[in-house]
Amino acid sequence: MRTIQILGTGCPKCKKLTEVAELAAKSTGVAYTLEKVTDINEIMKFGVMMTPALAIDGDVKTVGKIPTVEDICRMLA
Amino acid sequence: MSTQQGTGCCGGTKLIFACSGAADVGAVADLAARKLTREGVGKMFCLAGIGGRVNGIMKTTEAAETILAIDGCPLGCVKHCLEQAGFTAFRQIQLADLGLEKGKTAVNDTNIAKVAAKGATMLGGGGCYPG
Repeated sequence: MRTIQILGTGCPKCKKLTEVAELAAKSTGVAYTLEKVTDINEIMKFGVMMTPALAIDGDVKTVGKIPTVEDICRMLA
Repeated sequence: MSTQQGTGCCGGTKLIFACSGAADVGAVADLAARKLTREGVGKMFCLAGIGGRVNGIMKTTEAAETILAIDGCPLGCVKHCLEQAGFTAFRQIQLADLGLEKGKTAVNDTNIAKVAAKGATMLGGGGCYPG
């Protein structure tokens, strides 16, 4: 079970990242849980200073941008 | 990282790395970086995380709009740290260039302000950050 973590306080880009990440996860067929980390102190524990950020299983993959569905599929592979 | 710092939503962040070294100039570099952070000009970030290649810190730095290195002395440890981690597009302040020499520099408000003023100029001044 992969854990997809969306780090962000809920701005439009954070919501867009969530959509893209879920689309990627569903297209790969991988079992996953989606976690939204919205508390700034919790976000900073990842070493992240800018949002939105994407982490998978606690490993930060992207910061400050929205990757493509294809990018996230590769991250989940 | 300071819990007083907020995160910048959606990029555009100016990150500041100070050597924070053991000498007097390291202390001035560190305190100038903190002053710039308090004033909202940029955000001091974790040089040790760059040295340790800590993933979240590396990824955040890659996404920064501007990076400023504040080196306390001509050894240029911040510059070397960043370069070895793959970052080449950054601006640098070298305290010796401001007349602040290792072992001869008082850690006082005047010197801290001098370095911070230079940093603000190099970062374009101003800024508004959430949190």
